[in-house]
Amino acid sequence: MNTIRNFSRRSFLRQSFGAGAFVLGAGLLPTPARAALESAVFSPNVFVGVKSDGTVLIVAHRSEMGTSSRTMVPLILADEMEADWKRVQIEQAIGDPKYGEQDTDGSHSIRSFFGVMQECGASARTMLEQAAAKQWNVPISECKASLHQVIHHPSGRKLGYGELAAVAARLPVPDKTRLVFKKKSDYRYIGKDLPIYDLAEITHGKAVFGMDAKVDGMVYASVEHSPVFGGKIKSIDNKDALQVRGVSQTVVIPDFKPPHAFQALGGVAVIADNTWAAFQGRKKLKIAWEEGANASYTSSEFKKKLQTTARQPGKVVRNVGNVDKGFAGAAKTLEAEYYTPLLAHAAMEPEVAVADFRNGKCTLWAPVQNPQAVQDTVAAALGIDKKNVICNVTLLGGGFGRKSKPDFCAEAAILSKQLNKPVKVVWTREDNIRFDYYHTVNAMYLKAGLDGAGRPVAWLQRTVFPSIDSTFSVGVKYGSAGELGMGFTDTPFAIDNFRAENGEAVNHVRIGWLRSVANIYHAFAIGSFADECAHAAGRDPKDYLLGLIGNPRIIDLKAQGVDYPNMGPIETYPVDAGRLRKVVETVAERSGWGKRALPKGHGMGIAAHRSFLSYIATVVEVAVSADGKITIPRVDTVVDAGMVVNPDRVRSQFEGAAVFGTSLALMGEITATAGKIDQSNFHNYPVARINEAPAETHVYIVNTDAPPAGIGEPGVPPFAPALCNALFAATGKRIRELPIRNQKLV
Amino acid sequence: MRLRPGKGRAGPSWSMLVGTLGGFGMITLKVNGKARQFDGDPDMPLLWYLRDVAGLTGSKFGCGMGLCGACTVHQDGVAIRSCVTPVRAVVGKEITTIEGLGEHPLQHAWAEFNVAQCGYCQVGQIMQAASLLKKTPKPTDKDIDAAMMGNICRCGTYQRIRAAIKSAAKEGA
Repeated sequence: MNTIRNFSRRSFLRQSFGAGAFVLGAGLLPTPARAALESAVFSPNVFVGVKSDGTVLIVAHRSEMGTSSRTMVPLILADEMEADWKRVQIEQAIGDPKYGEQDTDGSHSIRSFFGVMQECGASARTMLEQAAAKQWNVPISECKASLHQVIHHPSGRKLGYGELAAVAARLPVPDKTRLVFKKKSDYRYIGKDLPIYDLAEITHGKAVFGMDAKVDGMVYASVEHSPVFGGKIKSIDNKDALQVRGVSQTVVIPDFKPPHAFQALGGVAVIADNTWAAFQGRKKLKIAWEEGANASYTSSEFKKKLQTTARQPGKVVRNVGNVDKGFAGAAKTLEAEYYTPLLAHAAMEPEVAVADFRNGKCTLWAPVQNPQAVQDTVAAALGIDKKNVICNVTLLGGGFGRKSKPDFCAEAAILSKQLNKPVKVVWTREDNIRFDYYHTVNAMYLKAGLDGAGRPVAWLQRTVFPSIDSTFSVGVKYGSAGELGMGFTDTPFAIDNFRAENGEAVNHVRIGWLRSVANIYHAFAIGSFADECAHAAGRDPKDYLLGLIGNPRIIDLKAQGVDYPNMGPIETYPVDAGRLRKVVETVAERSGWGKRALPKGHGMGIAAHRSFLSYIATVVEVAVSADGKITIPRVDTVVDAGMVVNPDRVRSQFEGAAVFGTSLALMGEITATAGKIDQSNFHNYPVARINEAPAETHVYIVNTDAPPAGIGEPGVPPFAPALCNALFAATGKRIRELPIRNQKLV
Repeated sequence: MRLRPGKGRAGPSWSMLVGTLGGFGMITLKVNGKARQFDGDPDMPLLWYLRDVAGLTGSKFGCGMGLCGACTVHQDGVAIRSCVTPVRAVVGKEITTIEGLGEHPLQHAWAEFNVAQCGYCQVGQIMQAASLLKKTPKPTDKDIDAAMMGNICRCGTYQRIRAAIKSAAKEGA
């Protein structure tokens, strides 16, 4: 089936682009009027239009939260189309299933849409060449598109894309099986360091984030939620709140019905004519809460429970050989327990959304990773068809997974419907920290049996954590195959006797995915334990890690009975021990592993991890002062993410991942007492600042033609274990619980 | 370095400047070289005045406690946290936001190093860095740490922020 349709004859597009506009696909303007004209049938993922003035419009259907998806996905199309990037205008898509999947999450924008973008670009280029051939009445083989124009080589004649648009619009779309793609060596932009599309607007304060959205007649709302997850309102006294100048009223948002998923949490909204008045009014609300069952949740108690569970046998999720026999025959056994706490996303821009409900339709402007989830969520909240939910996507002031969960959009929509006017819901930082979908708490138990030479002959690992599935279903007790497949069931070690088990845990807070998700705790424990085994064996940790990974080979998890979703087709993206070895060897080389003389108090640690189909190895150099202060002078990371579109943006993601990793390893911790989250803002939920972040992060990209893999997330998992292994090298102190700031180093 | 919230800092007492009955009376603010009248609550933080009243949305809301620096603007050329500075405290002061900064060498340096990822904190970073370079034209790493540690970037662009500041300093920002 051809996935691209020519929409040029539709009158609305003529209006949009001027007479004679040539358009492939549709959906170029993220305005309610445009969206309302679209049919609900499946449409292609990718859309491009050429205006008669030659401007090429490319739709970004991915959200921009800092990973550069909004630039790089359209850039693939522009390159294949031979468009001049300077004459490309990016139009942000509204949420609409016709684009296919729009959840900017899971580090998959490039790998899922590279081919689609190429097809759309090649189609457009081919049609423009055909149009030129027709104009000149020459064979198409003599016409070649080159940088925004088509050239007739025998005569040297040229026609610009704008001049060809009207003719191209009347041509049939070529069958995609007959498209001819550019050679890699002919790429103009792919593989080069290009800046993001919005850079100048960002540095001049003109970029529009969700926080900056404003519509006429809008009121502002701040919502008080139950301090305990699932609590209900007993009574409200809003007298003092209504005395605050600018406050007009309060509105109750109904409780959610389990499972909570992305529903609004419920609570009391204070409505005002500016944000600050809404905040002030909210402080004066007096609400008595029926706190409910989760008031029994105190994280320090819960931690003990998880740890106890991790010491008991759990559900076997991967089994090779016989670990019990392996342990019985081992010369030496090692055991260790690891623990990581809840984490908050803490994107710089708190949750915010503008909703305008009128005439049965709800239009939103919001910084969201998944505008189609906004459609579903708002439709359900208002009892309207999702076709009547129009979600305009602004820039996101960070996302990290939080902004793919649009509960805050539901709040704005519910309030707008009730008040009959546009409403902007603004969360405070305190709301952001206390009402997150937290990265889950985790306890792990590991045991290894080593032979006389220190080689592992048996390995047992157990993981226990409340699952993200608990957000979508009631009564969930075990991790999903997806979570377990993030660095736990796919541990790429060559050990004859290996068993992985998962213990039971229930949720007491909302749980959600955070940059690299379950890979964080699995990589921390397993990457640390590998180092422990190396030291127990008296071996160099890098050499030992390579020994664990074993010979280059494809690891067939299915053959071992593992329910392993991978993050893409396993045929295209097998679990490749050879690629993991290569990044380990390369990072050792680049970091000067074992060769560089380190000052006193410094240590180097190494860890490697495959996630989101990418292979990453990281070496952290840490420095510990006499009084126990930690600094990170240098990080080296090697990335094998297949072919990359923009090396500079890849480097930036891994530089950022090192800082994100620093935050979660050194200081990240959410705790709860009697159901209430103890942290509230950056003073008690600190994140790494410029003086705490790694001083320099060197990123090396493996040059390969392998299919593109994930970039945004996979830098995070190996960081914490590499750092903790470095701390062991520097101090002899083994860190088995995060954050490090809770531990005494000296 | 500690932050310089304007809260409680010297300035005309707002009771002297405003009416007493009913509303709050009128105060005059000077933002980006332009005098602006404001008759709202003089306790309103400057940030919310700029964003919701004056329509200058370049300065961002990040924490409301002067902890993250996303709201950084200049008061008489020096960086302050507008989220904890009530408008009454800036009466008689020159307030400059990113919209009034003009073309600054830091913005070129930011482009040269492709600093921004999501971009939300970057205006605050640039305003803070501009204040630093005004006082310390050739900052050391230590100077940069001291001046910039109040500005959080959750994307983790610090390495490039440092490089961009040094580059702008070299250009004589």
